[in-house]
Amino acid sequence: MSGSLQSYLLVSTALFSFGVFGLLARRNLIALLISLELILNSASLNFVAFNKFTLADKTMGQIFSIFIIALAAAEVCIALSLVLLLYRKTGSVNVDDAKELKG
Amino acid sequence: MIKDAVFIGIIFLTLLGAFMAVWLRNIFYNALGLILSLAGIAGLFLYLNSEFLAVMQVIIYIGAVSIAIIFAIMLSHPDFRQHEPRSAFKVVRAALIAGFSFFVLQKTVRGTSWALSATDGDYSIRTIGRELLTVYALPFEAVSLVLLVAILGALLLSGRAGKEDAK
Repeated sequence: MSGSLQSYLLVSTALFSFGVFGLLARRNLIALLISLELILNSASLNFVAFNKFTLADKTMGQIFSIFIIALAAAEVCIALSLVLLLYRKTGSVNVDDAKELKG
Repeated sequence: MIKDAVFIGIIFLTLLGAFMAVWLRNIFYNALGLILSLAGIAGLFLYLNSEFLAVMQVIIYIGAVSIAIIFAIMLSHPDFRQHEPRSAFKVVRAALIAGFSFFVLQKTVRGTSWALSATDGDYSIRTIGRELLTVYALPFEAVSLVLLVAILGALLLSGRAGKEDAK
């Protein structure tokens, strides 16, 4: 069970689908960000699972996951400051209220 | 036996957390569900022999990213207990698309015969560090530059917001 590649891939597929559901169903910007984190984590889980079961070099997938974690941290940093800026401007974090593209 | 039971428990917690993170309408519970799911993934990393990644997952994702998200929730929703309205049409549409993607992907995962190799090898932190500073030195530097630019960008954005408030 814990020794088969398929079980990890199925968990990661389920996480990805939860993330897609959240991205499509939610209207709150922070909830969209949380769904995005789930999708990034499913990718990272896939990298580490393939690293253990199919690669000869057992560090390559781990290094890719480290890069994913670092880029996700940068993305969250920018996205949260944009969310707070939008909140101060429109008084809401709902994506439907962010419809003005004029500066 | 016990190993498999714990494994199934971790998978259950991961999926429960992901479900909480996208389904509940209270944004604060969403963040808590995200934390549960990330902790479960850290447990799965332990099963995949990647102890370093499991620790990094706990420190960076749970310790920094989730806390930053909770800060943003506190700053942007003074009344974060309110439930956002939800339209049944959008939920059904999203569930259909997500269910379809899950169906296709799980069929692919089950149907493919993966080229497996031996699972024992060098997973050590020492090798990861040496590879990061030799083979992957350029991506490593690029990521550090991206992090620097992200910090500067966040500072710039919040600095401009402060000036607009003063006006």
